[in-house]
Amino acid sequence: MTVAALAFYLFAICAVLGGLFTVISRNPVHSVLWLILTFLSAAGLFVLMGAEFVAMLLIIVYVGAVAVLFLFVVMMLDVDFAELRAGMSQYMPLALLIGVVILMQFGMAFGVWESAEGAQAARGAVAPTDVENTAALGALLYDKYFLLFQLSGLILLVAMIGAIVLTLRHRKDVKRQNVLEQMWRDPAEAMELKNVKPGQGL
Amino acid sequence: MIQADLNTIAPEIILSIYAMVALVGAVYTGKDKIAGPLVWLTAGLFVLLAAWIGLGSGGTHDAFGGMFKDDAFARFAKVTILVSGAAVLVMGQDYMSRRNLLRFEYPVLVSLSVVGMMMMVSAGDLMALYMGLELQSLALYVVASLRRDSVRSTEAGMKYFVLGALSSGLLLYGASLTYGYAGTTLFSGIIDAASGNAPLGLLFGLVFVTAGLAFKVSAVPFHMWTPDVYEGAPTPITAFFATAPKMAAMALLARVLHDAFGGVVGDWQQIIALMAVLSMFLGAVAAIGQTNIKRLMAYSSIAHMGFALMGLAAGTAFGVQALLIYMVIYVTMNVGTFAFILTMERDGEPVTDIASLNLFARAHPGRAMAVLFLMFSLAGVPPFLGFFGKFYVLRAAYDAGLGWLAVAGVIASVIGAFYYLRIVYYMYFGEEGAHLDTNKSPILWGFLVATAAVMLIGSAWMFGVEGAAEAAAATLVN
Amino acid sequence: MADFFTTTTLGMGLLIVGQVLLIVVPLLVALAFLMYADRKIWAAVQMRRGPNVVGVFGLMQSFADFLKYIVKEVIFPAGADRVVFLLAPMVSLVMALIAWAVIPFNDGWVLSNINVAILYVMAVSSLEVYGVIMGGWASNSKYPFLGSLRSAAQMISYEVSIGLIIIGIIISTGSMNFSDIVGAQEGRYGLFSWYWLPHFPMLFLFLISALAETNRPPFDLPEAESELVAGYQVEYSSTPFLLFMIGELVAVVLMCAMTTLLFFGGWLSPIPGLPDGILWMIGKMLFVFFIFSMVKAITPRYRYDQLMRIGWKVFLPMSLVWVVLVAFLAKFEAFGGAYARWAIGG
Repeated sequence: MTVAALAFYLFAICAVLGGLFTVISRNPVHSVLWLILTFLSAAGLFVLMGAEFVAMLLIIVYVGAVAVLFLFVVMMLDVDFAELRAGMSQYMPLALLIGVVILMQFGMAFGVWESAEGAQAARGAVAPTDVENTAALGALLYDKYFLLFQLSGLILLVAMIGAIVLTLRHRKDVKRQNVLEQMWRDPAEAMELKNVKPGQGL
Repeated sequence: MIQADLNTIAPEIILSIYAMVALVGAVYTGKDKIAGPLVWLTAGLFVLLAAWIGLGSGGTHDAFGGMFKDDAFARFAKVTILVSGAAVLVMGQDYMSRRNLLRFEYPVLVSLSVVGMMMMVSAGDLMALYMGLELQSLALYVVASLRRDSVRSTEAGMKYFVLGALSSGLLLYGASLTYGYAGTTLFSGIIDAASGNAPLGLLFGLVFVTAGLAFKVSAVPFHMWTPDVYEGAPTPITAFFATAPKMAAMALLARVLHDAFGGVVGDWQQIIALMAVLSMFLGAVAAIGQTNIKRLMAYSSIAHMGFALMGLAAGTAFGVQALLIYMVIYVTMNVGTFAFILTMERDGEPVTDIASLNLFARAHPGRAMAVLFLMFSLAGVPPFLGFFGKFYVLRAAYDAGLGWLAVAGVIASVIGAFYYLRIVYYMYFGEEGAHLDTNKSPILWGFLVATAAVMLIGSAWMFGVEGAAEAAAATLVN
Repeated sequence: MADFFTTTTLGMGLLIVGQVLLIVVPLLVALAFLMYADRKIWAAVQMRRGPNVVGVFGLMQSFADFLKYIVKEVIFPAGADRVVFLLAPMVSLVMALIAWAVIPFNDGWVLSNINVAILYVMAVSSLEVYGVIMGGWASNSKYPFLGSLRSAAQMISYEVSIGLIIIGIIISTGSMNFSDIVGAQEGRYGLFSWYWLPHFPMLFLFLISALAETNRPPFDLPEAESELVAGYQVEYSSTPFLLFMIGELVAVVLMCAMTTLLFFGGWLSPIPGLPDGILWMIGKMLFVFFIFSMVKAITPRYRYDQLMRIGWKVFLPMSLVWVVLVAFLAKFEAFGGAYARWAIGG
């Protein structure tokens, strides 16, 4: 067995186990930690496929930011997961049905799946040969998919506006620090020296 | 190359830049104080862009390697979206500001959502389709829960968001299956790959894409969010939901089905026909028990979507023409009806109870007459414009050999007529009850009268919409 | 013999292990003396003597501390999540150490010369926050939890500006490989060819963000002895505590190395004519470490809201504007191509 194959099975097993334990662990914080293991293993698999840029992005974005947010939420929120689980049995038939449908689709994908003529060629047409794949990705993103890239920027802008619109409240009853005002304070104006005579006071 | 591409999407660029400038400008100046002028400015820009797009040079332009299509069909849809968006913005301004809802983000979000809609109707690629759809929907989720202190409004936003996310998931799943079959996300590539007998994978992709889009047009069985969202959202925003996004989603559905899946018409025809029948009947039957006029309009829109889908189900150029004409008429009727709903109030509070319309005609005979026109038109009673819309789609379905669908449509429209006429009955012959004040806003009155007049005049002369729709349909179906 | 290390699987594995040890062992030994230096500098500023008992001038102090830590008993707080409690310091140390895999010490002296080296370091340093969060949560106690919450928010906030600052450098170089970045800084003017000059304002932003990212004073709010008694480390004792300490210090040294590579030309000689070499690299790292120590000694701790304000309202906009500016300067090859060195580097 080569090193690459060994690494593949290691990451694959970690990913599957991580996913499994994410679902079955009782403690929600443990679930998130298992989820992180799954992300990391997936990143490892990406590296094995030669997509190192995507792998690093996966870690930075999902593990470094999204999962931290998850972790915050499950640590902070007082969610009784046992109670949530209790309601699960009544949805079990539906879940099973969906599971069966997905399983059937998997069967279909392996069994009777057929692609159009030329689909393979159309899909593989963009493989770069002489440049690093980060540079190739960049060229695609800013050239061929320029429109989509800008549109996703707009979508993120909307998300940001939405988060602010729906949550920001300006409280009037708190005192705020004005840093610039503090820095421009002048001792000559802000302070006054008084010579207090003994026994007289001001 | 890039210069030509950018020229093609110039209206979208202008609108996006306007939205960003308006956002930053408002943040650094008056914030909510300048929201009123900003609404007018946005509406003005919409109208200007609509005029530019509508009167501009014709022809078909592809940009960004076919991801963006500027053709007569897209232009037709864009003009409708922009004009109705402008109308709804202007109509709602007074209502929103009197209830402290008018925040400067509102026109900005609406502009961005309109950018999304314009992208949707021009999409030439599954990814561009999805991006436009998400841009549109995200902005709508936010404006739905704009009244964030009201449980109803936040519930509306939440429901819309969760179900919208679900529908996006379905759409993406379908898109990935389609990509798996065709090897490309470009519509032009998919239509080349998919012709004749659709294989199983493509069929699944088609079904999921259609289901995802059916959520957005609220066609049965993907309609559950509509009544709650219509009821919960502030009325001007409900008016917006009922007009521009419906037009955009319907145009997008037509574009996907004809541009990408045009080779397998037989496969999607049945799905669309089934959704059309279900929507027409459910919309008609479920509306009967409603007492809240906003919920009633929600079911009414479900039923109307059913009729519009009937045109699409025909699968012909005439069917698309009928769909476009139907949608324009539907949007006009809804603008008028919501202009009236926005005036309904008692002691300064908005009222949405249908019973409050009792004997409305005695106090305001002029308005009652205008509403009567609109209701008759919504019901599809000749000689009002709504009848011609229905007539077009029925003929399209009949010509395409879907006679049973046309018959079902006639039956559903007879059932549906009941609840529109019930409103008219209340207004003219209802019992004595608490009276209804009406807002004296000249803008709303103007919209009400203008749309009512259009309902009557339109039956004689459709303002050239027929010809434009025919040209638009011809570019889509060939 | 050489064939054994380049062809067989076992041999290649042994070679990699050897290379890893070659990096880790000197690093850890150096760490002992860096800790000592840190304390000495701190003491000197406060006009104290600092460690001076163990060994000549107290040079062996760190080793004595080390022994003391590992022979003590590990205490688990009541109700602690034992597995996570122990996992946290390990994560902290491992994450700090594995980042060194892509750091070159001299031309070609790098364990793994990958194309996305900077992204790798960013990814690993974004994982470091987990050690702190896990430790704080698993301790089942209030102060650690508060400390870990602070830490998580702080590290994520400053990672954003560090990332943006690095993007400026990537734009200038056209590569994310450290060797290429150092190569791009080679020029006729010696130390004036390095990136600290064209990217001057960002050097300060980077240094300050690095302090915040590694929880060093004046941004050591997660520990904040005076308010949180020691933050996420309160409940830790013995070896786990030692692991946290080593992890933190390794991360600091890593930031020194990053600063050196990104702004001070790595192993390049500052004076044209003198030979380049690893000694320059180490000297520069020590210089940056000295700055970090001095900052620790002479600045008071920030308040938490001030820290967040600087991160989001000052650093983020500044570094964003800088990225846009650099993009234009590089595109139009302004200042004799000082911002566009793709030809030399990538």
